[in-house]
Amino acid sequence: MTNINNFNNIPAEKFRFAAKNDFAHDKKFDTKPVSYFQGAFRRFAKNKGAVVGGIVILFLVLFAIIAPLFTPYNPAYYDQAFAFATPRLKVFAESDINFWDGYIQKNNISYLNYIQDYAYGLETGREIIKNGEYTVSEDGKSYSYRRDTYVGTKFGKYKIISEEEFKDIQRYQNETGTQVIYPTVKTSERPKLEINKYDANIYYKMENPKAKTIRPKLDENGNIIPNYWKYKEGSASSLIPEYNSLRIEGEDGIQEDGNTYYYAYGRRVDGGVEVRMDYYGYYSYYHSEVLKDGIEEPYFIFGTTGGGKDIFACLAYGARFSFIFATVVAAVNFIVGVIWGSISGYFGGKLDMAMERFCEILGSVPSMIIITLLKYHMGKLILERGLYHLLDYQSALILFIAFFATGWIGMAGRTRMQFYRFKNQEYVLAARTLGASDSRIMFKHIFPNGLGTIVTSVALVIPSMIYSETSLSYLGIINLESGNTTSVGTLISAGQQSIIIEGCAYVALFPCAFLVLLMLSFNLFGNGLRDAFNPSLRGSED
Amino acid sequence: MYMFKYVSKRLGLMLLTFFIIFTMCFVLIKMLPIPSPQEGTDPAIYYARLEEKGWIRDPQEGENGVWTYETVPIFQQYGTYLSRIFTKGDFGTVTNMPDFPTNAPIWDIFVNCLPPTILINIYSTLIGVPIGLGLGIIAALRKNKWEDQVINVFIILLISMPSIVLGLLIKYFLCFKLRWFPLSMSTSDAYFTWDVIKSMLPAVFALCLGSIAGYARYTRAELSEVLTSEFMLLARTKGLTKGQAIFRHAMRNSMVVIFPSILSEFIGVLSGSLIIENMFLVNGVGGLYLDAINSHDYDFFMLMSGFYTLISLTAGIVIDISYGFIDPRIRMGAK
Repeated sequence: MTNINNFNNIPAEKFRFAAKNDFAHDKKFDTKPVSYFQGAFRRFAKNKGAVVGGIVILFLVLFAIIAPLFTPYNPAYYDQAFAFATPRLKVFAESDINFWDGYIQKNNISYLNYIQDYAYGLETGREIIKNGEYTVSEDGKSYSYRRDTYVGTKFGKYKIISEEEFKDIQRYQNETGTQVIYPTVKTSERPKLEINKYDANIYYKMENPKAKTIRPKLDENGNIIPNYWKYKEGSASSLIPEYNSLRIEGEDGIQEDGNTYYYAYGRRVDGGVEVRMDYYGYYSYYHSEVLKDGIEEPYFIFGTTGGGKDIFACLAYGARFSFIFATVVAAVNFIVGVIWGSISGYFGGKLDMAMERFCEILGSVPSMIIITLLKYHMGKLILERGLYHLLDYQSALILFIAFFATGWIGMAGRTRMQFYRFKNQEYVLAARTLGASDSRIMFKHIFPNGLGTIVTSVALVIPSMIYSETSLSYLGIINLESGNTTSVGTLISAGQQSIIIEGCAYVALFPCAFLVLLMLSFNLFGNGLRDAFNPSLRGSED
Repeated sequence: MYMFKYVSKRLGLMLLTFFIIFTMCFVLIKMLPIPSPQEGTDPAIYYARLEEKGWIRDPQEGENGVWTYETVPIFQQYGTYLSRIFTKGDFGTVTNMPDFPTNAPIWDIFVNCLPPTILINIYSTLIGVPIGLGLGIIAALRKNKWEDQVINVFIILLISMPSIVLGLLIKYFLCFKLRWFPLSMSTSDAYFTWDVIKSMLPAVFALCLGSIAGYARYTRAELSEVLTSEFMLLARTKGLTKGQAIFRHAMRNSMVVIFPSILSEFIGVLSGSLIIENMFLVNGVGGLYLDAINSHDYDFFMLMSGFYTLISLTAGIVIDISYGFIDPRIRMGAK
């Protein structure tokens, strides 16, 4: 038998140089290699519902991030005068479309209210009755029209402001050309009855000042006649302007019968100046000049609640809180759950048993009980230790701990399953034979294989967390409303009280729409993700 | 025998878990300071009652009306508490709830609040289960036909609609706009008169729509999987009609998974839904729980947490055990 390994006697002439094409190479794949995640991504992109869901989620997240930066309002803002201001888009408000315009259909309005609305519109130029159109009932007693919900309290009652403020408003009026203070009415010319006496909306001549329902005296054309307090140039009060009535400086006065008359814009009383002030104008002045908070005029895209809060801002801040909160809790749950589950799943045996039992007991405590106990103990802790700076974060902290306390269990269970699935597979055994350490096998070999499933469960857990947070604050168990945070649930709870008021269902509409969109898109997205990470579906789409 | 051993082991574990949770709750609650008496209650009577219950010793009124007392050690309190429950069936009395007469036994109040909760949930289960199963069966049998697609859209919409939103929609359209139903549930305890049933219906609808969607989805998935399996082909080849094959073979097999969840829903009727009860002002257990939390009535809290824990534990165990009864192939606890 000749030894094939006997190379000693190969004659030199048998050797020749190898040409390059002598080597037979494996043919290169024409296709590109597809990794697990690339395949998953491709399968995901083919699922239209999931992609749409993803886009909607992205849109909602962007709303939560960007909207708070662009709205001057915040959850702490409220103004009772603009309670139940209906949603308004400037485009619709200026058009004839009776939708999203900030008006509300009002029926059964009494003559007194109608004439006040009409007179207010006439004096300020605001279109309080949309297009001036109204219908009168057959008996002539009740009026119906679309009424602007943004006029606040109109003139309200006569107000007393300090002289400095009066001067400052004068300056503001001169600078911006908007009118805030309107000519006042002489005390003796005002209605006589106590209920109407202080009503600054009645600036016109009356048929009977002693009547309960004030009817205006109309001129021959059927128009109301202003009853402003005016005095002649050269009369005592204009010679001594400090006397009692105040007028706006620079006001030329009006010409009547060859004389110049001045309007009195204010009356000196104890404690300041009594004025007729348009609340809408005053609101703009107060926010832009005194508070300087960037609000120029009342303008609520989604309307306001019964407490006068801006729904758009509350929704945006609430959504922002929900997203941040859910992401943080999901991340913490993910980390703890993965560590716990991988130890429990990888090592198995008695350790696994003990860890499982622990999870089982913890998981059987109803979450409501955990939250209640946390709430009690947090309150006690804050009072005893005097940690008052924590008060604002108290609710968020309770929620965080409560969601963490039970949330990681599900994640741990899923990780444990994945470890059980992979830990006895050949490649793991091979790695162990080659001497890989436990931690290397756990986190280099097993974990990446289970990652898809685990990540999917994170995507499915986020909406359920947001929903729990929403329902807890809806029930009032947790109150997140402090400072710049609020919750969508608090808003829905406000909406629940307003759906039984005619025309105010929009308070519930926007937060509910947000919640439904969020749940729907997360469901679609999560299901798509689950299918995408399911390797058994690989190739089935082609 | 396997079964008996398995069931008794599970029951034992359940009781142990329950005892641990209940004890923890008691300890955590007793670590809190005793709330001061509500406005309008005489502190002397209030503290005397606490002493009688065994929570505190010799309460005394100090200067400027501040009461001092010595707290009984927590485990001693737990002993008295448990012995009162087991010997007299006494879960304590109302101490601090403004809506209820003080010193009324809380067990009676609790039992009075059960019927509305149970009825609403039973009605919803009775409506929801047949409709849900029916829709699921139709969808599975007519898979990828238009019936299936319509049902599928309906399911997706209802599943993604949180019960808060569903409840609000029902309240707005049925109760407020159409005025078919009253806005809140009647407080009368003549539960089987038409007026009371009518006032319950919106809450029942809100509850059952969600479960209809759930059952329909579940049944559709299970049944369509069973329908494609080979024994169905065998059943047809040996001469069964389509209907016979579906009802005797496919349905029974798909029920293995669906039936336990129906069973657990029947246990869950006791606990009800806090959200729906709050929205439709149902005078039930959920409202009682919220009241108890807000007024810091700890005896009430203990009773309610024991109740909720027990229900969730029982539901879990019933699901597991029912698998063994329904499906002869599953042998519980077999090695």
